[in-house]
Amino acid sequence: MEQRIAVVVSATLGALLLIVFAGVARSASSIGSPEAIASSAARWRKTVLWALALLFVPVIGYSLTKMPYATGGAVADVVVEATGHQWAWTVSPDTVPVGKLVEIRVTGADVNHGFGLYDANNHLLTQTQAMPGFTNVIRHTFGAPGTYRILCLEYCGLGHHTMFSQIVATAAQ
Amino acid sequence: MTSTTTSSTYTPGLETHAEHVGSTPVRGRGLVAAYAGITALVLALLMVFGLLMKASQAGVLTIPANRFYQLLTAHGIGMVAIAGLGGAAVMWYFLSRYVTLSPAILAANLVCFLIGVLLVLGAIFVGGFAAAWTFLFPLPAHSQGVWSFTAAASYLIGVLLVGVGFLLLFLDTGRAIIARYGSLGRALGWPQAFGGSTEPPPPPTVVASTVVTIINIPAIAVGAVILTMSLVNAYAPGFQVNALLAKNLIYFFGHVFINSTIYMAVIGVYEILPTFTGRPWKSSKPFLLAWTATMLMVLTVYPHHLFMDYANPKWASVLGQVLSYTSSLPVLAVTAAATLANVYRSGMKWNLTAGLLFASVMGWSVGVVPAVVDGTIAVNRVMHNTLWVPGHFHTYLLLGVVAMLFGFMYYLGQSTGAKDGTLDRVGFWMYVVGSLAFAAAFLAGGAMSVPRRWAVHLDPWLTLDRVGALFALIVVLAAVTFVVRFLGRVRAVSA
Repeated sequence: MEQRIAVVVSATLGALLLIVFAGVARSASSIGSPEAIASSAARWRKTVLWALALLFVPVIGYSLTKMPYATGGAVADVVVEATGHQWAWTVSPDTVPVGKLVEIRVTGADVNHGFGLYDANNHLLTQTQAMPGFTNVIRHTFGAPGTYRILCLEYCGLGHHTMFSQIVATAAQ
Repeated sequence: MTSTTTSSTYTPGLETHAEHVGSTPVRGRGLVAAYAGITALVLALLMVFGLLMKASQAGVLTIPANRFYQLLTAHGIGMVAIAGLGGAAVMWYFLSRYVTLSPAILAANLVCFLIGVLLVLGAIFVGGFAAAWTFLFPLPAHSQGVWSFTAAASYLIGVLLVGVGFLLLFLDTGRAIIARYGSLGRALGWPQAFGGSTEPPPPPTVVASTVVTIINIPAIAVGAVILTMSLVNAYAPGFQVNALLAKNLIYFFGHVFINSTIYMAVIGVYEILPTFTGRPWKSSKPFLLAWTATMLMVLTVYPHHLFMDYANPKWASVLGQVLSYTSSLPVLAVTAAATLANVYRSGMKWNLTAGLLFASVMGWSVGVVPAVVDGTIAVNRVMHNTLWVPGHFHTYLLLGVVAMLFGFMYYLGQSTGAKDGTLDRVGFWMYVVGSLAFAAAFLAGGAMSVPRRWAVHLDPWLTLDRVGALFALIVVLAAVTFVVRFLGRVRAVSA
């Protein structure tokens, strides 16, 4: 969902900017009054600034309610300990029930790693850094049974791209 | 891009700013030409490194993982450093027209840079060092035997030396600006922006250079601190550094420095584009306010690199998101708008210089959009350290700062009377279209959740990699055209 929003917003606004720049580049061969253009540009700038500010306030406000950081609330049904090593993951337990709140406690044993949780279609669901000396907590509810992959998302040396592991989500008994 | 006419008698800054003190000093011109020549060569080399990595990920050729990560490290740290060197050339070239800079310091920076680069290249390609340009603590000292402590030390000392050179340079720009304007606040136009002063404001070049000076001195100092701590840790593992503190230090340094390269290079847009349009770039009140806002925000927005470090204070992440959004406003609403207004119906004649500079502001503006999107914590959760990140920064670096640098090189070349040819014009379109498509392939990879910095890619990602590699090849060919053209003119430029 977030990926789709990112693509749509970036493609739409990026294309709009390209069109504006291309249009202005094409206009450059003609000559207009510098004073009138400067005055018009100032009005446009003011309008764009206000429009962006008005857009930003609700977007920032809403998106900040979706932050992934674990806060108090419900007690997790299952706790998973995940540790990044050069170059492997230890994950325990590696089987969790579907539909239950799972707390994944992530740390790094040696250097920084990145704990990326992927679904069966190789789409990133969530992530956090696996840092030496710190434990970062992900709270996630697995929506469907299956095998979820763990990939490393922080460069950690020669075996970075070989750090695969998995968590299996099973239908609750 | 239909005309090659470039004759103009307009002297940047002269008409608008009474305090203009003259042209770039002769000795400085030679050094700037040397800076630009080295920048051109290194850019081409590092772009080839990038192409090789993309081709390897695409399965077109096979590069062993250790060599891939060496190329990755060289490409990353090299691009940051060379963008700094090229940006410094642009800034020095124009700032020296308003304040009295020291060519000796400019030369000293180049010497530090070259020695530092030799140490870094030795560390990577002789010692096998490959901790990426970010050298996240404690990776330099934890390679599992892939590289030695000596290699790590060579890299860290090399980067430190490059930083020392730049620190000298920015101390000199600060000294010269204060000597001319009395204080950094006056050079930022604060009396005009906030105090109701009716005196002519400082020219855009001085305002931007002052911001660059102010932000880079603490950034480089902080970079030196973490480089030194990493160095001590490499030799004395008992000396430990908090990994989260280390990340904060590294990303503060890295974020500020790489952004400053754009701020240095954009001075070329302020100074050169008006020579085509005949519309001088003015230090209007919005311009002055925008640069002060940019200065404050670039120093405080870096926590957006640490959204996925859940242990970082939550307030810092919230601040990082809010500032990620607001910091886009000066770029989009002031620099981009001013560029558009400067060019719109100006009757200008396009050539490579004007085209590259105009395209660079376009690339900067377009790249801001996916960057701001990624600056949203909820989005960052599924985009951080995927190919989305190189997607957005290649947009505003490759088609932003690097296009500004190439535009500056063409400007220098054309100041000797040289004209564009068909090859240049073909190269221009290859560069612009190729860069946009190359960056789009990265962004698409990010949307597909492809991790960044992986030597080997999974099968489902290969098609996109091949598309990216094709456009990377097109960009490299265009860039080599620009570089060869400039190197053929560099002797005349320095004369």
